[in-house]
Amino acid sequence: MTGRVVLALAGAAALAFPLVAPTYHTLLMLPFMAYGVVLLGLNLLFGYSGLVSFGHALFIGVGAYAGAFLTGRVGVRHLEAMVLVAVVLGALVAMPVGALCVRYVKIYFGMLTLAFGMLFYTFLLKFYRLTGGDEGMPVLRPFLLGRDLGAIPKTDYLAGPYYYYCLAVLVVAAICMWRIVHSPFGLCLKTIRDNPVKAESLGVSVTRYRWYAFVISAMYAAAGGALLGPPTGNVDPTLAYWTHSGNLVFMTLLGGFGSFFGPLLGAFAFIYLQDFVMSVVPYWRLIFGAILAIIVIFAPAGLMGLFTRRRPAEVSRG
Amino acid sequence: MTQHVVNVVMSGVFHAAILFLVAAGLQVVFGVQKIFNLACGSFYALGAYVGVSAVQAFTDAGGPPWLFVLPLAAAGLAVGAVGVIVERGLLRFVYDRDETFQLLLTFALILMMEDAIRLTWGTAPRSTSALYLVYGQVRILGAIVPVYNLIVIGASLAIALGIGWLLTRTAFGRIIRATADNREMAEALGVDMRRVYAKVFTLGTALGTLGGALVIPATAAMSEMGIELIVEAFAVVVIGGLGSMRGAFVGALIVGVLRSVAISVYPELEMLLIYLIVIAVLVLRPRGLFGGAAA
Repeated sequence: MTGRVVLALAGAAALAFPLVAPTYHTLLMLPFMAYGVVLLGLNLLFGYSGLVSFGHALFIGVGAYAGAFLTGRVGVRHLEAMVLVAVVLGALVAMPVGALCVRYVKIYFGMLTLAFGMLFYTFLLKFYRLTGGDEGMPVLRPFLLGRDLGAIPKTDYLAGPYYYYCLAVLVVAAICMWRIVHSPFGLCLKTIRDNPVKAESLGVSVTRYRWYAFVISAMYAAAGGALLGPPTGNVDPTLAYWTHSGNLVFMTLLGGFGSFFGPLLGAFAFIYLQDFVMSVVPYWRLIFGAILAIIVIFAPAGLMGLFTRRRPAEVSRG
Repeated sequence: MTQHVVNVVMSGVFHAAILFLVAAGLQVVFGVQKIFNLACGSFYALGAYVGVSAVQAFTDAGGPPWLFVLPLAAAGLAVGAVGVIVERGLLRFVYDRDETFQLLLTFALILMMEDAIRLTWGTAPRSTSALYLVYGQVRILGAIVPVYNLIVIGASLAIALGIGWLLTRTAFGRIIRATADNREMAEALGVDMRRVYAKVFTLGTALGTLGGALVIPATAAMSEMGIELIVEAFAVVVIGGLGSMRGAFVGALIVGVLRSVAISVYPELEMLLIYLIVIAVLVLRPRGLFGGAAA
């Protein structure tokens, strides 16, 4: 019951945020919500299926570049279309990539996803004429729900309509993911994670279910990627770089991969903490590395683990 | 024509010699401790910076330029001692954890070391100015090759042989291979695992830092050099096979030379080709060319 109260409070706070908080902090919420969508998907793989991808930034890149292409090259500027195309493209790329990756688990899965991520990164970097190389591509301000909001100042646009649009996408994405993980399909994934041999003997097709999870999580990452582009107005290849994938896993672990909302908390904490640390010292990696090390060693259940009473030992074997 | 081919191959082999050192460090740690050390690239960067400082201190103190290799290699090896600190201070807490946590801990190490290097040496690239050609150049089949490159290639070969000798001919090597094969059994036979792990990790670290120090006369030290090298070292060990020393050797040659060829023939291909090979190897033969061999 307390869970619902917290959730309702968080929802109310998110709705009221642009009205009460300084614009600067409202703008920080935009990457949080985009990463929130990405991490909801990533945790279907990490938390629920036990597969750790070190190349998930690949799909963020696919989504972000899909949006940039649509606004810049094709002339379609509806955000709905951008997200939709990103999701479809993410799924199309994830189908063959996932089919190859899910044949392996553990370190080999991580290495194969990392290799695919770096393949895409190199493609973005080297095929200058298509992708703009290391400078990336501009993302024009998208229309929201068919309305051209080009007349209002950029910060008003981002802190107002765009904010609520992202919030709506995040809520819809969260509801869908909630349904997915609490469906029989979600239960099958957890069974596979905990005991693949038993799952197989019960008639659950292990590789096929892992593949479904991979494709779904890629679609989420692509949708989040499409939302990441417009606030900065630019996409570049570092979105697909392997350290970005590492940061995604970091955020998930920071919040706690053992719970549904953990990754969202992780994304929130990561972005605001990073902003805070960078305002004090330029060396945020030093501090974040130390934080990550402490979490890995002492609190593998993440921030969520501090609130719930589960012992870290229970989740340490993921 | 031959001149061009020799040039391309020799620069590839030079790169391979450096890559082999880092990849060998990665392999010995993975073979024994079953930890894929993402931070091996950071050790490489650390070795590079320490190498620059050591050479500068040496020349400032009036040391003869032609002897600069000695402080360079000594500094590269000595700074490998951070391996003990990392192993005792961080890694030993996660040996019985899921490998996700081990990977993330080494990722944390990358983040910390990258900024620690920036904090110590600043963000501007550092180089050892004009020492690269102090040994002159030689003509090989018409191509001009810096003698320093040949020294590094020779040193790397010697180290490869040395590691082979260490692993197959010494008591410590037998313990390493036994531990890689079956940790519990080795422990039951009276091997002190804490010491073995500390030594092996330090060995792995020293190989990485030495690789970084040796590359320094040829290129400048930059703070991003670590995370760039790790993906190449990663390609090397995947192609060669995780945990295999022979694999690291052959893999480094393949990656080093192919990269060099790709750059000269069709620059867009550069790493793209390497990643395609990595994916092909993982899909068709996930154990790599030499997978399965101990350490």
